[in-house]
Amino acid sequence: MSYFRVENLSLSFGGVHAISDLSFAVARGEIFAIIGPNGAGKTSVFNVITRVFSANTGHVLFDDHDITLVPRHRVVNYGIARTFQNIALFEGASVIDNLLLGRHRFAHGNLAAELAWLPGIRRAEADARAKVEEIIDFLELAPYRTSLVSTLPYGVRKVIELGRALATEPRLLLLDEPASGLNPEEARDLAFWIDDIRSDLGVTVVMIEHDMSLVAEAADRVMCMNAGQLLAIGSPSEVQSNPDVIAAYLGT
Amino acid sequence: MRFDYDTSYVDPQRLLRYRSQWLAYGALALGLLAAPFVLPAYYVGELNYLFIVSIASLALMILTGYTGQVSLGHAAFMAVGAYAHAWFLNNQLDFIAAILCASALTAVVGLVVGLPAIRVSGLYLAMVTLACALVTEQIIGRWKDVTGGYSGLPVPPPIVFGVDFGGLRPFYFLCLFILVVVLLGLINLVRGRTGRAFVGVRDSEAAAYTLGIWVGGYRVLAFVISAFVTGIAGALLAHHLQFLTPDGFGLTLSMELVLMVVIGGLGSLRGAIFGAVLIGLLPTLISEIKPALPASIATQFGLETFVFGLILALFVMFEPAGLNGRWIKLKVLLQNFPIYRRSTFRRGKAYMHSERYR
Repeated sequence: MSYFRVENLSLSFGGVHAISDLSFAVARGEIFAIIGPNGAGKTSVFNVITRVFSANTGHVLFDDHDITLVPRHRVVNYGIARTFQNIALFEGASVIDNLLLGRHRFAHGNLAAELAWLPGIRRAEADARAKVEEIIDFLELAPYRTSLVSTLPYGVRKVIELGRALATEPRLLLLDEPASGLNPEEARDLAFWIDDIRSDLGVTVVMIEHDMSLVAEAADRVMCMNAGQLLAIGSPSEVQSNPDVIAAYLGT
Repeated sequence: MRFDYDTSYVDPQRLLRYRSQWLAYGALALGLLAAPFVLPAYYVGELNYLFIVSIASLALMILTGYTGQVSLGHAAFMAVGAYAHAWFLNNQLDFIAAILCASALTAVVGLVVGLPAIRVSGLYLAMVTLACALVTEQIIGRWKDVTGGYSGLPVPPPIVFGVDFGGLRPFYFLCLFILVVVLLGLINLVRGRTGRAFVGVRDSEAAAYTLGIWVGGYRVLAFVISAFVTGIAGALLAHHLQFLTPDGFGLTLSMELVLMVVIGGLGSLRGAIFGAVLIGLLPTLISEIKPALPASIATQFGLETFVFGLILALFVMFEPAGLNGRWIKLKVLLQNFPIYRRSTFRRGKAYMHSERYR
């Protein structure tokens, strides 16, 4: 029984088969990378897991729970957090508020108590803030703490989005192209962070990534997809030397 | 330049942290307390109206500024609040019970109008609210047994704990008190978990879902809260007008409320009040300067509408952040004087959103 499992997953939009009969399993504490050419269905896999799309057939299982049909806003309660390929931050809010929004799932008091800002709410807000400050420390976001997201550069936004996902205290983290648009130095920092997230916070990581040096450095196993199907799965070097993978990328 | 120096995580929650803030808000409070005793009666009446529209403007700010849902029908919520309040008062409820019942009823109407918001947003939602406003106006005009139709409905004076607040000055303090209570409540709302969720729903639905925010639920909740507060404003407006007719709650009032939140600055409660003060005072200002204008302009039909439109156009073009944005810039300029970078407020490039996953 593996920790996180996708079984016989299929997703199609009309005649377009985004994912067809895909199965894979991720072990607890693993860093698992998904690679593949554009349009291979990588992000669609994430979107099915986080219930943006409903799978036509198949199941998604996480820690003995079948999460194939849970409502979209409940997925996070199972301990699954994700980031987006094109960054989906709350631009009109400060970095602190973005991270505090990550704490949304930890309810604290009813609306009436909130309107009156009762002591319970005051404490809960302070606790949430303390948790968020730990993440700010971890990801070195302190200089940007009170800045509006819309004033910050791209690289920083990527890190904030990672921080917001961590604020939900996930057990499984889905990263959609975390290194895209980052300069080599930022990408290297990211590789260290991903490793720390796994070893210090005990989070299992599944990431979609094109940067093969990051994949080779961080990932334990790699899955290559093409046209919605699984092409190869194994260690980074195995997958990189697989003739089918090379063919998919070079387009023979 | 002032730096926030926090020694605990409760520190940043204090509303007034610095002596300068205490002084400024203290002066404002003193000024507002003294105003009815120094100003002529006409201006006290104007201030009463400003307080009432400020409450309505704050309510719309929660909906439009924080949750990103445009409503062109807020005058209808005010009408429901006003008529319900008058009806409850005429049926022997006391002031506090009547205003709470009226607001609760408005909140229920808000819930019904807000339910389509689960699926509908943007322009279509604006159409839904507009349609509801038109329907409400018609219902009020025709349901003569309850509303008195176009012949109108008299409003009994506000009597709170046996004290008559019907006079100009007592009513001033009643409105001011309710405005302050509403404002404090909404400040707490927007800085807490619910307010953050509202902003989340506004800025990125896709991300809001992944953080466990039930987007549809929060959209409707914003409608309910906004309608409740608008109901309070409507009830007070009933006392201000003293006689209710349906045409007092037409499209013009809805538009003025939208103008207030846009010109005040979307996403800020301070902006809602700035906007309410500016738009609420404009008719008075225009009538004050009318004698100075050439007769051909002063007698022109639709002068007010023209000025409203002109101001809106100028703000959209030159200061999209509204009066509140201007205010913040002024404050930063004064705090950093003479070192001020024009680019401080230049927004970064808006990167692509993932809104295709809505």
